[in-house]
Parts: sequence; C-alpha cells; structure tokens
Amino acid sequence: MALLSLRGLTKRFGETMALDRLDLDVAPGEFLTLLGGSGSGKSTLLRVVAGFEAADAGAVLLDGQEIGAVPPHARPLNMMFQSYALFPHLSVAGNVAYGLKRDGVPRGERDRRVAEVLALVGLEGFGRRLPYRLSGGQKQRVALARALVKRPRLLLLDEPLGALDANLRERTGFELRAVQRETGAAFIMVTHDQNEALALADRVAVLEGGRLVQSGPPRAVYERPATRFVAGFLGAANVLEGGPDGAGGFGCPALPATLRPGTPVEAGTTACALRPERIALLPAPSQGPNTARGVVEEVAFRGDDSLLLVRTPGGALLRVGHAEEDGAPPPRGSMVHLGWEAASVVPLLG
Amino acid sequence: MKRLPMAALGLVLGLLFLWLPVLLLAAYAFSDARIPFQWGGFSLRWFAALAGNARLIEAAWLSLRVACGAATLAVLLGGAVGWVLARHGPFRGRALFGALAGTPLVLPDVVTGLSLLLFFVMLESLTGWPAERGATTILLAHATIGAAYVAVLVQARLSELAPELEDAARDLGAAPPVAFATVTLPLLAPSLVAGWLLAFTLSVDDVVVASFVSGPAGTTLPMVVFSMLRLGLTPEVNALAVVVLSAAGSLLALAMLALRLSQSRGRPP
Amino acid sequence: MRRLPLILPALWLGLLVAMPLLVVLVLSLSFPAEGIPPFSLPNCAEGVNTESFTLLLEDPFYRDAFLGALAVAGGTGLLCLMLAFPMALGLARAAPSWRPLLLALVLLPFWTGFLPRLGAWIGLLRDEGWINGLLQSLGLIEAPLPLLYSWPALFLGMVHAYLPFAVLPLYASLSRIDPVLEEAAADLGATGPVAFLTVTLPLALPGAAAAFLLVFIPAAGEYVIPELLGPPSAQLVGRVLWGEFFQNRDWPVAAALAVVLLILLILPIRLFQRLEARR
Repeated sequence: MALLSLRGLTKRFGETMALDRLDLDVAPGEFLTLLGGSGSGKSTLLRVVAGFEAADAGAVLLDGQEIGAVPPHARPLNMMFQSYALFPHLSVAGNVAYGLKRDGVPRGERDRRVAEVLALVGLEGFGRRLPYRLSGGQKQRVALARALVKRPRLLLLDEPLGALDANLRERTGFELRAVQRETGAAFIMVTHDQNEALALADRVAVLEGGRLVQSGPPRAVYERPATRFVAGFLGAANVLEGGPDGAGGFGCPALPATLRPGTPVEAGTTACALRPERIALLPAPSQGPNTARGVVEEVAFRGDDSLLLVRTPGGALLRVGHAEEDGAPPPRGSMVHLGWEAASVVPLLG
Repeated sequence: MKRLPMAALGLVLGLLFLWLPVLLLAAYAFSDARIPFQWGGFSLRWFAALAGNARLIEAAWLSLRVACGAATLAVLLGGAVGWVLARHGPFRGRALFGALAGTPLVLPDVVTGLSLLLFFVMLESLTGWPAERGATTILLAHATIGAAYVAVLVQARLSELAPELEDAARDLGAAPPVAFATVTLPLLAPSLVAGWLLAFTLSVDDVVVASFVSGPAGTTLPMVVFSMLRLGLTPEVNALAVVVLSAAGSLLALAMLALRLSQSRGRPP
Repeated sequence: MRRLPLILPALWLGLLVAMPLLVVLVLSLSFPAEGIPPFSLPNCAEGVNTESFTLLLEDPFYRDAFLGALAVAGGTGLLCLMLAFPMALGLARAAPSWRPLLLALVLLPFWTGFLPRLGAWIGLLRDEGWINGLLQSLGLIEAPLPLLYSWPALFLGMVHAYLPFAVLPLYASLSRIDPVLEEAAADLGATGPVAFLTVTLPLALPGAAAAFLLVFIPAAGEYVIPELLGPPSAQLVGRVLWGEFFQNRDWPVAAALAVVLLILLILPIRLFQRLEARR
C-alpha cells in the first residue's frame, strides 16, 4: 500500500491554482523528486502535506488515513525547509534535540539519538556550535539531521540543495541519497533543477500549473517525455510541430522532413520531441525519413561536447549535440546533413 | 577622496557640539562654588545637598516606580501590537490599527498630554475612575507612549525573523503556543529588553505629558527639575544631572549589549 | 481565546490613543464654564461652540503662535540637517570597526536626559555663566552679554536636542549607498565633487527629507525648550497651549489649539510615513 496518497488535491491562492486536482502516490522508502518551474505548485504541495496549508479540496492520506484535519505538530512526518530554518538561539545539538524534547524523549536517549544522527550526517563534534558559526553546507546537514532525528517514515525536502554552491551540490546530493537508503524513509524532494531531479530520484514527478503532467523513473521520463513542457524542461529537446502524414509517419513542414517514430503516430498528435544528442551528422545527403539538412548558425563548445544550432530550409532552428570523439565540429556557415533513429522520435501528447 | 577629511571634521565638530555642554556640566557639578559653572575647588557638597533634598528624593522614587511599571506594561502591550502588525493575518480595521499604533510616535508632547488628561477627566465624570490623578494616570500615559516604541522594535525584529522558524518548530511536534514560547519568544527577548529600557528612559525623561496627566498627588523627578530650572539653575541640579547621566549611561550600555546580542543571534540564514 | 492577542491591544489603542483624540475634538467644540472641570459639553440646547476656533483664526496672537512654531520647527530642521549631513557622512565613511562607537557617541547625549542638557545650556549662557565668564576673563567684554532667554539660545537648545534625530536617518540612507556607484560615476568621467553631487546627494535625498521631518514634527509642538531658553516673546504654540490650559484654564481653547496643531502636522506626518514605508 502507498505510504502517502494525494487524491484530487486542489489549492487556490486568489485567482491562481497552486494545485489543480492532483493525484500522487508515494511508496514506502521511495525517493521521489517533484520537478517544476517557479509557480508550478511544488512547494505548495509540500506545505499541504506538512499541514501548513489546508487544501481547498481533495484528500491527503498517510497509511490510508486521512490527515487533512491533523495539525502540523501532530503529523508523523518531517520537513526540511529551503531556508533550513535553523533556530538561531539553539546550538546544533539543541536544534536537533528540539523535536525529541517535544515528544518527551528522556534525556539519555535524546543525547544518544542526537549523537547518532549527527554522526550520520558527518557532523560529530559540532553539537555545541551556534548556527551562525556554520558554513552553508554544515547548516544544510543540521537541517537534515533535525528532520531525521524523529525517524519519520516520510521526509519532505524543499529545495534542499538550492542554497549550496555548485561544487558542493553534487557531493551533498550523493550524501542525501546515501542517508535516504540508510534510514529507509521515503523522501519527497522538491527541486527546479532537472539534473538534480534525474540524478537522485527513484521516480520523477513533473508539475506544471498545479497539475501532475508526468511521473516515472528518471530515464523513462527523460527519454519519453509526455508533453511539450516536459520535453522542453528536461534536457531541452527539440519540439517539432506538425501532424500525422496518414502513412504512420509525422510530417514536419519546418524541417521539412518526415519523422517516423518507432511506434505509429496517433491521430491528433501535433508535435514530436527529438533530443539534441540523438541527432547525428551524416557524411552524405540522404532522402529517407528521419533525415534533414541545414546550415550551421552557431557552434558552442561545452566541454564534453559541442552544441550546434542548425537552420533548416523550412526555417526551424535545431539544437544538435556533437560529441568530442567524433572530431572537430563543422564550422559556422557550413551545410550539414542530419539523421536520427526512429526510436529517438517521441510523439508528444500535449 | 578629498571629502573624507571634511566629513571627518564635520563629525568631530558635531560630536563636540553635542558633548561639550554635557561634559562641562558634569565637571562643574564637582565645584565648590555657589554660582554654577564657576570653579571653586573640588567638592561633593552638591551631591550631599542632593541626598538631603527630601522633595527631590521622593519625586525620584515616584519616577522610578512609574517608569518601571510603565515600561513593563509597554513591553506587554507593545509586544502584542508589534506581533499583530508583523504576524497576524489580515483583519477588518487593520489599517486603522496600524495608524493608531504609530500615532503616539508622531504626536507632539503637548497634544499627547492634553488629550490623555481630557480623556481621564471625561472617564472620571462617566465612571468615577480615576478619582485622583497621579502615579496611575502617569503610568498609563507613559505605557501608551512606550508601547508605540516597543511595537516598532518588535515588529522590525519579527519581520527579519523567518516565519519558517515557527513552521519548523510545529513540524517537529510543537503546538503553536509551545512553538511561540520555545522559538519566537527567546529570539524576541533582546528586542523586548531594549524596548523596556527605551520605554523606561522615555518615562523618566518626560516632563510635559506627566505635568498634564498628574494631579497634586504625583510630582515626578522631571517635574521638580523643571520647576528648579525655570527659576534658574541651582548647583543641585548639576549634581543631579551627573547622577541621571551615569544612570542613563549604564542603561544605554545595557541596551546596546542587548541589541548586540540580538544581532549576533537570529540572523536570517 | 485565539483572538485575545488581537483584541487586547486593539482595545488599548482604541481607549488610550483614539478616544483621547476624539475627546480633544469634542472639547474644542465645547463651552467654557466656571467650575471643575472648566467646560460644559456640546449639548442639544446650545449646540456646539465654534468660538474657540474663531478666536484662533481671528486673534493675531494665536496666528503668530502657529506661524512662529512652524518657522522655529523649520529653522531647527534645516540647521539640524546642515549639521547632521557632514556628521552622517563622516559616520558612513568611517572604518567599520569605529562605527558602533561613533554612533553611540552621537546617541549617548540624547539618552542622558533632556532636562539636564538644557540645564547645561542655562549654565553656559546665563549672565554669570561659563561663556560670559570666559569672555570677561579674556577681557573681550566688560558687562555680561544677555545670551540666555534669546532666540539664538532657543535655537541652540532645539538643535542640540533634536540633532541625533536627524543624524540617524541620514546615516541610514548614506550607509546604504554602494560606494561602487561613485566609482562607476568616476569611471564615466565624473570628478570627485561632481560624482558626489550627481550620485550620492540625490540618493541621500529621501533620507534628508526623513531627517528634516523627524525633527520638524516634534519641534513644532515643543514647549520645554522655548520656556527654559527662549525669550518671553517666543510665544510658540506649545507654550501658548500650556498657558491656556494651566494659567488661563481655558480648556476649550487649549483643545482647539491641539486640534489645529494636529491638522497642520497631518501633511508632514503623512509625508514622513510615506518616506518610511518606501524603505
């Protein structure tokens, strides 16, 4: 049975729909990332689950029990805040022990559990420091330890890596994953960073305008985006507009070319996604489906590859990835011929 | 870069202007001469005379009691007003509430004093209370003024404290009153202490409002000093000034310490 | 129970802030009478009494009291601004480690008691006071100069009392100006003084306006300083109000003076609040 189930969750702030009839299930021990831009409703979802906001409609079920009327302090789940919200007047140990004190855990056990969880996040010996004397990374760990010490089965994390430097973010992400595995708690992590979402999660849920647009394992969501929004948000795929050509293919006048996906194109499909790194440079012109040609307008070196912007005769600007091991990229202004596999063409639903 | 010495010069001159009269006053309080500001050799006789002036001592004792009471009441009320302004959600009459909270800050003393006195007189004619004006009416008046200042301090402090702190406490199992007592109140404490000291100072320094709302029974220290100054300075006032100055100075040092503490703790991350 | 934190302060503000102001308004429209208290309220038989206001408008004594108070408040505000600007600039440009001490030095006299400081000025300015004594012992004057109870003494006391009020907002706005802005101006060809006049000064203007108003508003109703240092002719509104109330026992006229003073101050008060809200 699902640990957490959201059913038809709806929340309005004035005119804006922060959550719009949202359904979502989270399994015990699962690491779920909620991915979305600002205003997608992802933070509101966390605050509704934690109990800080009441939903206008719908249900929040924990272990099958409706908890919509339970106040935040009585909900058996914990949250890690984006700003960390460390109590500035309490030491690291005082912060971590705060929740245990509220539960009336006796002194000896409290000290033991605080030491245990501080060791888990690698902060042994920091117990007596006040928060203002901690670095950003250390604060982040204290916030994590404080949220974990009550051993919740569900932990909500609001942009836990957002305030960290880029170089610290990757390492801390891996640590977060390790802590999640070790504690066995289910994590719901909100992020706007697609790399973070893909790298850490068992499952990615993409939100747009308060609705759940797609959820699934990171690889599946990345390779088979369901909508224009997901295709553009994750990995910045080329979204090619057009329509079914009646012969199982998809005509795209902007290339112009016929796309032929691995599966038949359903009637009503108006766009297909094509990832930049799936487009190959062909040595010679080719007339078949899944090919195109164009003029290189811009070449951007990105370290492990280069990104080409190729203008097709139909007027489309294609993003094309060019791996370094394939040699020097074609110069600006040269004519190139492009091709891709049928499986790389993904018809979009919306 | 040429402006820097000019600005520094301006600062030094300004500080001299502020300090010179005060320092001269303090120095000449130790002079033996009958005429103030004439040096007649070192002496503590004016301090002795001060200690022997029963009317002054009595007024000082009243001022002290009124100021303590007014400051305490001001912290309770001003704290609540500041909390409402910073944290209470929207409610009907919020704009009026905010305007009234700020009113005592901008009213001239004579208007505050007159309006409160007339209010007390009307109240007495309607309810029979307060039958006699004095310590109680001064305390209420000073608490009202002090509360407005405390409210500003508390509101400023609350608005720089992240609201998520209380959310975090509640998430960790604290019911709202517990969250307030264990998180918000300790973080607010330095502002409340500073507010208490400010309200206390305003009270012991006020002559105008106290003169209006007091009756024959209540003569505060500033009221006595004012009547002495009106007649011309006596050396006793010099000595008293030194005492007040040292007391205020130590209070200020305390207030600064409290503010310093509040700044080192509780910075939003 | 949950609304208690709202209701209690609201009740207090209603009773001790709003009600007294309403009472002043009612009293200003009531009739003078012999007795304790010396007035009779507006009533059905006699209606309201607007004579107090008529008196204020027609008698030049009261008109001069208001004009004089506004002029003194304005003058004090400008003098404070002129003194405070270099002080605030010096504070803002001082080394950060010095700033708390310097700031405390600006504020400390402000906290040492209002009356003792006026006492100091009396001691300095009176006939047998320090300044006259110094000038006489240097042989510069023969007879003491009448320094106390004069307009200059009044302004000295006012500026001395209100100067810290002006330094603080100016310091706050000056210290918020990024020094990079003047460097940017210099990079674009403005010499030091030009950069100051075209960048720093305009940015400090809201702070200067706030400083002026913070002095002007309380100074307009000041009673104690004109009474202790000013000439007898300095019948400013604060002093007149005091006199009407305590000496003449004409409560309706005192209340009317308070009402008119408030009306005159509403504009500067609103302006000040607007400036504060913009921060």
